[in-house]
Amino acid sequence: MKPAPFAWERPADLAALVERLATAPGSVKLIAGGQSLGPMLNLRLVEPDLVLDITGIAELRQARVEDNVLVLGACVTHADIEDGRVPDLTGGALQRVAAAIAYRPVRNRGTIGGSLVHADPAADWLSALTALGAEVEIAGRNGRRTMPVERFVTGALDVALSPGEMLVAIRIPAMPEGAAWGYVKHCAKIGEFAHAIAAVRLEPEAGRCRAVIGAVEGPPLLLADASPLFGGRIGPDFATCFDARTADSVLAASGMTDPVDRHIHVTVLARAVAQAARPVRSLLPEAA
Amino acid sequence: MSAEGVGAPLPRKEDDRLMRGRGQYVGDIRLPGMQDVAFVRSPLAHARIRAIHVPDAYRDRVFTAADLDGVLPIRAVSGLPGFKASEQPVLAIGKVRQVGELVAMCVAPTRAEAEDIAASVVLDLEELPAVHDMLAAREPGSALVHEHWGDNVFLETLVDIDIASALDAPITVSRTISTGRQCMAPIEGRGTVVHLDHRLDQLVVHTASQMPHIVRNGLSECLGIEQGRIRIVSPDVGGGFGYKAILLPEDVALSWLALRLGHPVRWLEDRREHLTANANCREHHYRITAYAERDGRLRGIDCEAIVDSGAYSAYPFSACLEAAQVASILPGPYDFPAYRCRTWSVATNKCPILPYRGVARTGVCFALELVLDAVAREARISPETVREKNLVRPDQMPFENITKKHFDSGDYPQALARALKAVDAEAVRARQRGLEPDGRRIGLGLAIYCEQAAHGTSVYSGWGIPMVPGHEQASARLTPDGGLELRIGAHSHGQGLETTLAQVAHEILGIPVARTRLVHGDTAMTPYSTGSWGSRVMVMAGGAVAAACEALRDRAVRIGAHLLQARPDECRFEGGHVVGPSGDVPLETIARTWYRRPQDLAPDTDPGGLEVTAGYKPRRDSGTFSYAAHAALVAVDPDLGAVEILDYVIVEDGGTLVNPLVVDGQIYGGLAQGVGTALYEEMRFDARGQPLASTFADYLLPGAAEVPMARIDHMETPSPYTRFGQKGIGEGGAIAPPAALANAINDALAPLGVEMLHSPITPRRIVEAVLAARLGSDHAREAA
Repeated sequence: MKPAPFAWERPADLAALVERLATAPGSVKLIAGGQSLGPMLNLRLVEPDLVLDITGIAELRQARVEDNVLVLGACVTHADIEDGRVPDLTGGALQRVAAAIAYRPVRNRGTIGGSLVHADPAADWLSALTALGAEVEIAGRNGRRTMPVERFVTGALDVALSPGEMLVAIRIPAMPEGAAWGYVKHCAKIGEFAHAIAAVRLEPEAGRCRAVIGAVEGPPLLLADASPLFGGRIGPDFATCFDARTADSVLAASGMTDPVDRHIHVTVLARAVAQAARPVRSLLPEAA
Repeated sequence: MSAEGVGAPLPRKEDDRLMRGRGQYVGDIRLPGMQDVAFVRSPLAHARIRAIHVPDAYRDRVFTAADLDGVLPIRAVSGLPGFKASEQPVLAIGKVRQVGELVAMCVAPTRAEAEDIAASVVLDLEELPAVHDMLAAREPGSALVHEHWGDNVFLETLVDIDIASALDAPITVSRTISTGRQCMAPIEGRGTVVHLDHRLDQLVVHTASQMPHIVRNGLSECLGIEQGRIRIVSPDVGGGFGYKAILLPEDVALSWLALRLGHPVRWLEDRREHLTANANCREHHYRITAYAERDGRLRGIDCEAIVDSGAYSAYPFSACLEAAQVASILPGPYDFPAYRCRTWSVATNKCPILPYRGVARTGVCFALELVLDAVAREARISPETVREKNLVRPDQMPFENITKKHFDSGDYPQALARALKAVDAEAVRARQRGLEPDGRRIGLGLAIYCEQAAHGTSVYSGWGIPMVPGHEQASARLTPDGGLELRIGAHSHGQGLETTLAQVAHEILGIPVARTRLVHGDTAMTPYSTGSWGSRVMVMAGGAVAAACEALRDRAVRIGAHLLQARPDECRFEGGHVVGPSGDVPLETIARTWYRRPQDLAPDTDPGGLEVTAGYKPRRDSGTFSYAAHAALVAVDPDLGAVEILDYVIVEDGGTLVNPLVVDGQIYGGLAQGVGTALYEEMRFDARGQPLASTFADYLLPGAAEVPMARIDHMETPSPYTRFGQKGIGEGGAIAPPAALANAINDALAPLGVEMLHSPITPRRIVEAVLAARLGSDHAREAA
């Protein structure tokens, strides 16, 4: 389990990185925490000609608040979020998600940007950031662009990056006033990849809800308007209105044919809704 | 009991180096000029080899079977009638029979470069239908793993002890029960470093092994080299569990390569090789019927058991030990009058099955204890009642059971009673009458087993496998300054022998444990032994160390008596001193006299001196019987299948405990592995025989969060046959947990009509069963 030969470079700044990314011959992989790419290199599942280490670029490690939007550099680690070393506008939601990702050694090195770009459907950030309405900021030789996470993740292990582009930051809007948040994942054991994830951001007063069902075959399933899950109306009594049959139909319509899979995902979604209905005091992860 | 002798809960001496990262494992060995090996392994489970294409540039770096002149395949033949032998080639010849089988060996200055070379070798394979399922493997028309056999059965056995007399029992319960295929997973994988010692004309093989002397036997046979030219060194071993009690083709291949190239070579197994190519264990399938009276008394057990033995018979335990053992140990700790068991050891296109901690006992306990709970439900009595009615009683000891197993001592009903009390079964059942606030269901599960350990010649000669244990020997040498060196041929792979055997010596000689050193793991420096397996070392090497120390003591008394100017029969040995009528002399002085001042010895002194090799065998070598009652309390989430272990109680009787701390450690470690078997670990294969896990992301091991903090209660019924009354206990912790946890889960889910009969009991399997039961009851309602 040793990687095939590759060249390794560590560009000093973003401009140099983007330039190298665009002009390097052969296949190129970016490495930050290496928690997915490392094993894939060792197993020779990927054999790039060049690996660009992006951890030396200061901008990618920065976190700041801009107009009620939290901007996290791509190389912010899960542990940075878990430990509160970056600002938070989500009432602790990010922190709780981060704290339940894999194991602490993985969180020490693994980055939020790397997780999103790797786009493993079972990864926490894909579902959580989709539910939070986050956007990604992408840089290339021709400048920058942003897009919502749900458009960025195009499939299992597939994202909307063009050749020569890279993800530089994630932009997470503040949790709306009075919003309720629920995030539950189901693993066979602590630290394992999830078999089912549900994330809900509810605004009972505005009657809005974004719901995400993750750890499915493709990208997370987003219900940008999740009111059908609550009998068409979202109010303060949302928890008692959750309609498991409708959730099951939504999953069936999305192509999830196995009733056992649907049962597990619907159960996890129901528990995320129930969690949103009661304030979470503990910082401990709510893993089912 | 002295502060350091038998029974003292001493912290382990070896932990100082092991916990500081100063252990020395095969992977720590660096030799000048050493090169690394990577293997080209079969990507297919079953295929004919048409050609192996090696790039011209690497012709002198790549070796195939064609190069291995004179190297014989590994053969582990059982003498049981009807056993069909397999020949496990060191590098594949003609055919490959499992994914990961060695096809070519590539050598380079580093492992990464060796892997580059391996990646450049192209295999031209003609895929054959894979034998991937042991039940289908016995059907007519199945593909054949070894064509010349005519079928896929290594061995079939049958015992029938009057089963006909049980058939009219009022209660008959039949179940199909199975355990998943597992990979035993020591932290350290296998590894081998080989070099030539030209001075001694020896091939020196450093390999992580539980049984260095047996490895030497096997290597000598495969390579055609006399044993004196082979030295096996097993340094610190990072867990074995049976996986390191096997001669691997890699060991033979590396040895041949070192001879061929003349420079040191190394192979360190990586986790993918470990999971996909080498370590397989546990896969059993049972069709079992219990016949019982309405009060729970067993009338008989009838069973058909099949074990998926994989492609080859592994050295030295053979492909049939596990299945054939099922027949002899299935009755467990129970006394009943009729029994039939038919077993098949079936060949498939998978890795050879290897003996994993508990060996067949874990599967047997799972099958029997689950069916006992089914009897209890059928008879509407409690699970403990069924067990109380059938457990062997203390007044029957020593007891010969229906398969002629000789139980040395013990009080099994007491272990059960203490476990029930500790887990507070009454309170649990009261709690079960209400609803849990979180919607989960709780359940209580019991399992009892007995562990035959340290069984010797009389048991193993009947198997006729390449290894039969006889007398165990140990050497004891007093150093000139009064310290002690012990040498044994068995080896520690984590058991703490450096501490516990020093305690045995202390019991006899009074030498501080800190001043006793254990030399083991080296064929050049230790007496022959079959090694560490079968929970035998504390009984066998413990007995041998005691015998050697006693002989040493008697010699010391004679020298000491002379120094005290007394007759030996006037002297006694006490606390490290020879005490005579008018004074005493310490061992240090006796040692100094023998080695440094021989002029002070009597003219007729025993020339044997202060170094002794002594042999030992228990008075009866049919084995010690340790046992335990396990009680598990679980909470099951029926909608997601999550299982939480709320409480876990173990009442264990290991006879006299040499070191209770070490025993607790063995039990905790075994429990962790038992939890893995019960709930997490499974190596699945697809229909082409491809293993479906190649990393620990896919092969789930329990972690710290999943293993309960068990409460252990010790009983100590000495064995009448062993030196201190000690019994082997190394494997027991891993035997009962799958059965206890399954019974607890089934107790929790019984109101839903769910019974889980296959391990591991994963969340997915629970949800499937719960939904199927709901669907069934919906249909039943509709029909009504």
